Amino acid sequence: MSNKNNDIRHIPGLGVISLLFFTYLYAPLVILVIFSFNETRSATIWGGFSTEWYAKVFVNDDIQRAAINSLLIAAIATVFATTIATMAALAMARGSAFRGKPAANSILMLPLMVPEIVTAVATLSFFSFLGLSLGLGNIIIAHTVFCIPFAYLPIRARLQGMDTTLEQAARDLYADRWATMRHITLPLLAPGILAGGMLAFVISIDDFIITLMVAEPGSTTLPLYIYGLVRIGITPEVNAVSSIMLGISILFVTLSYVIGQRR
Amino acid sequence: MIRPNTFRTVLGISPAMATIGIFMLLPILIMALYSFLEPNPYGGVRWNFTVESYVRLLFERDLDGRLVFDTTYLGIIWRSVWIGAVAVVASLLVGFPVAYYIAIQPTSRRNILILLITIPFWTNLLIRTYCWILILRDTGLINNILISSGVLEHPLTLLYTNGAIILGLIYTFIPFMVLPIYASLEKLDHRLIEAARDLYATRWQAMKQVIIPLAIPGIVAGSLLVFIPSLGAYIAPDLLGGGKKLMLGSLVQLQFSSSRNWPFGSALAIFTMAIVMVALTWYALGPGRRSDGNLH
Repeated sequence: MSNKNNDIRHIPGLGVISLLFFTYLYAPLVILVIFSFNETRSATIWGGFSTEWYAKVFVNDDIQRAAINSLLIAAIATVFATTIATMAALAMARGSAFRGKPAANSILMLPLMVPEIVTAVATLSFFSFLGLSLGLGNIIIAHTVFCIPFAYLPIRARLQGMDTTLEQAARDLYADRWATMRHITLPLLAPGILAGGMLAFVISIDDFIITLMVAEPGSTTLPLYIYGLVRIGITPEVNAVSSIMLGISILFVTLSYVIGQRR
Repeated sequence: MIRPNTFRTVLGISPAMATIGIFMLLPILIMALYSFLEPNPYGGVRWNFTVESYVRLLFERDLDGRLVFDTTYLGIIWRSVWIGAVAVVASLLVGFPVAYYIAIQPTSRRNILILLITIPFWTNLLIRTYCWILILRDTGLINNILISSGVLEHPLTLLYTNGAIILGLIYTFIPFMVLPIYASLEKLDHRLIEAARDLYATRWQAMKQVIIPLAIPGIVAGSLLVFIPSLGAYIAPDLLGGGKKLMLGSLVQLQFSSSRNWPFGSALAIFTMAIVMVALTWYALGPGRRSDGNLH
């Protein structure tokens, strides 16, 4: 089976299709990054290399405020969502079977099933119904909810792949539940928690439509700011901010993958 | 064996249930309630019960207040469904060969390719869609190349078309098609293909009669995962369709923003969710039961 043409499963042309597919997937992103280094004011005609737009991004007060909002929201929502998801994953994977377990599983996956626009307007209706106006707090609440399944899935996967014999050994050696959890289960689970937390962070920082509907005036996040710029016109600054966000997401996801793979 | 304790289990799961219950299920119920109220022209609702929002989906009131059958909104719903369907079919045609290709690679290479497919999914939807404006607009990359090379004299209108919306939807959601198909193909026992070939099946016959039938659960799951977000899409119709070619998602957003008709927007959102629930239930009872019933 070493020669791929002798592999019975091989079908001619697949490699070419796949190559084209990955080009389709990445070419637009590469084009964006290339044009973010464009010297001229035009966003799509090449005029020479320059880092001017990045320099402009870093001294722009509006962008900085939006970035701080985004980071703050993502950090708090990630901590909440990951804590809640870890407890849920431990209960679902290590706890006893109970009658509502399938229903609990469906509820955990609910934020992935409901179309985002529906979640967005439902959350807006909810806040308006209660008259709840906490500024960034509203956005943090909304983000925590949809981050839960993204944090939950890697943690749950890690727990399922984990050997329970170490936990049993600890219990045999008279460690109580809490000591076993603290010294055995949580350290072993840490890569899963970290991977889940990073995914939650990325999902929060990238969210657009739910934030757009829920955000009050003054609570602008980076995606909302970029959307505002895009609607006015295509400028190299948009390319530069977008490239930075792209870089952050790719970094986090790759890290999350590497950490999650570690045994 | 550590004896699990039901009380502790329920205690562990309850923060997640409470958060999602209070901040997601309850909001959906409130929105359902809103869909039966009157709109407040300044945003929000007036507390008078009415089914006007649902009537509006199909009828329009003429000057005398009589109901006249009106297809404006049905037209938008229909547009969303067919654009979603085209996106599903195109993603399937491209996604299946790619998933198959990945599934027959050695393990280490497989993992890298899968990571390469998932990375764009985690990057910003808005930015990924914005990239296509750079490529498609009148002074964009494609038109620049075609004009400077002398193929065209005037730019082609590529942006703000249905084609642009569909291209954007495929681009953003195709990982959802590739991953489930890959998951079902990866488990496939290659001895089945060998057996088919030993019995003189051609490559194409083996594909049609062995591989594709075994990949059906993945294909169905992938189709749903592309169709559902396409239906509710807001960014692609807004940025690539110019906001004038409405789809269900953008119509809902419009009712809650500039149109200020929250009840009608709520009714549309409930309607969107109903389509999704029907699709998911159908999946859970049919193709999903044969696999492990897990969409993700």
